[in-house]
Amino acid sequence: MLEIKGLTAKVEDKDILHGIDLTVNAGEVHAIMGPNGSGKSTLARVLAGHPGYEVTGGEVRYNGVDLLEMPADERARKGVFMAFQYPVEIPGVNNAYFLKAALNAKRKEHGLEELDAIDFMTLVKKEAKRLQMDETMLQRSVNEGFSGGEKKRNEIFHMAVLQPTLAVLDETDSGLDIDALRVVSEGVNALRSPERAFIVVTHYQRLLEYIVPDYVHVLSEGRIVRSGGRELALELESKGYGWIEAAAAGARQ
Amino acid sequence: MTSAPQTLDWIRDGQRGLGTRAPEWLSLHRRDALEHFEATGFPTTREEAWRFTNVAPIAATAFDLATPEAEGAEALAAANEIRDSAATAVVVNGCFDETLSAYGALPLGVVVEGLANSFEADHSSAREVALDLDITGLPFAALNAAFLEDGVHILIPEGAVLSAPIQVVIATLPGERPVMAHPRLVIEARAQSHATIVLSFVGEGAQPYLSNVVTQVRVDGGAVLELITDQRESAAAFHMHHLHAVCGEGGILHSRAVSLGGKIVRNDLSAVLDGEGAHATLDGVYLADGTDLVDNHTSIDHAVAHCTSHELYKGILGGQAKAVFNGRILVRPDAQKTDAKQTNRALLLSDDAQINSNPQLEIFADDVKCTHGAAVGQLDEEAMFYLQARGLTPAQARDMLLHAFAGEVLGEISVPELRIALEHRLFGRLSRYLA
Repeated sequence: MLEIKGLTAKVEDKDILHGIDLTVNAGEVHAIMGPNGSGKSTLARVLAGHPGYEVTGGEVRYNGVDLLEMPADERARKGVFMAFQYPVEIPGVNNAYFLKAALNAKRKEHGLEELDAIDFMTLVKKEAKRLQMDETMLQRSVNEGFSGGEKKRNEIFHMAVLQPTLAVLDETDSGLDIDALRVVSEGVNALRSPERAFIVVTHYQRLLEYIVPDYVHVLSEGRIVRSGGRELALELESKGYGWIEAAAAGARQ
Repeated sequence: MTSAPQTLDWIRDGQRGLGTRAPEWLSLHRRDALEHFEATGFPTTREEAWRFTNVAPIAATAFDLATPEAEGAEALAAANEIRDSAATAVVVNGCFDETLSAYGALPLGVVVEGLANSFEADHSSAREVALDLDITGLPFAALNAAFLEDGVHILIPEGAVLSAPIQVVIATLPGERPVMAHPRLVIEARAQSHATIVLSFVGEGAQPYLSNVVTQVRVDGGAVLELITDQRESAAAFHMHHLHAVCGEGGILHSRAVSLGGKIVRNDLSAVLDGEGAHATLDGVYLADGTDLVDNHTSIDHAVAHCTSHELYKGILGGQAKAVFNGRILVRPDAQKTDAKQTNRALLLSDDAQINSNPQLEIFADDVKCTHGAAVGQLDEEAMFYLQARGLTPAQARDMLLHAFAGEVLGEISVPELRIALEHRLFGRLSRYLA
């Protein structure tokens, strides 16, 4: 589904990604771990098409087409979803109204009829309930005045409604207490399917107890320095990131 | 101040066009006002209050005094969305038009009439209010007084509660030549009354015209008045509006002004909070494009203690449009416990659009809460990305943010069909700008 080859990228003249190679197949969950500043979030934002990040080399193919050629909105309509690390507050834009526009934009792209208000509300109320979201959040302005946990829950709620093909979760666990983490993880797990893939970016192993990955990759200084199964996350948990970085530095010398 | 007094022939000619049978009090009032105007003439950019607003194009146009017989007035006046108004008063080229006006569902005691007509009454409260206008430092208001003739008088009697809005349509239609009209609106909301009044300023044609309006508002004790300004003059229009409101004890004024039209637009809004517990909301949203100029000068005078004011102005500017916002808040020495909030925001959709924004706080009491904030900028890039990252096209994302921006003001308008119509008009114009 996703093939990343030799991807390099920079932000504000600072090179962050130094050559990422990663293949993600449908049905898989990949965890990207790494210390602060290793490039995890940059990778997520580059995949989503953030205009502040400039791709300087390499390629990314998504279902056989060049992902990097597509503007952000087209990627989204074609099924790429990023749950933001810092969801943006947008005063005056009603959360449900926005989500309806987003869903219908996607449906239109896929030649489906737009949902009317009644069908849409039936759908979102079901998903909101599953995520134990207060229904008033639907009628509030997007993320405005939401607590950190509410914002993250709202991201997963958007994801559940939009039903992406490739979901990139950028540090969705940060700022969540244990109960919220469980609910959010259940929301993600409910979406796992043979047709869908996830890239879960996280600093901590904790989230992976709930969203169990098929593969774990460790990023350091803009490169994937280790890949493995679930057990790699546990190793990181007990040893920290120091040994990985030391090993990576050693390997370069 | 200008160096030499000006006597402009077209103004003198225009005065001769006024009715010759004016009563003495009116002739004297006009003469005094004209002298006041001529002492300074049209303002220039050397004056602080007009620093960024050059009215030379107005001074340089020889306007004829508009005549009430105008083709197309009926259609223009009818082009509004309010279906269930308590009354509609129509002013055509400065004169109240009896035949186009309607008083369908006015409760007993509510007065909606032509101003000239109300002047003829023995004890005319409208006349008292009209003559009470302070034109010091207000050249266009002085000019309006020099041409005082007609307009609309509205009186909401004590305790009356109107469930439907009263609409006033001020239509200006130039013919072959540029015209000027100087209508006067006098609005009296007596104690404990409750009403919504909509002022629609409309015009048409490619010919320039000067719509020079003065509105005087009295909000007595405990009355609540919502005053919605729906300004959609033609693209060639010069629109000058001086609104002066006085709120008595516990009197509440909500002014919500939507300004869409005009080549040069100047609004001088002034509210005096003159009784304890009075409140004024001055909200506005305006749109300007091309080489349009929109100038909002607001002034809130906290004359006594325990009054509140809330002000929110939002502008959307494209092309080479220029906007001016000047927000004066005066808190007099005795006006303790004043609570005043002023916010002014502008979105610049092009590199050449500009705004000059100036909060002017004059606070002479010590136990007060006054805040002001101004922000000028482009659409929030992170918000734009967030919306696009969920699948909205850049145009959809931009429109959603612009709706949200204007919605903060439009959303407060209490007449649903008008709120929807204003929104459609605003975004209709906006989409033409952005096309």
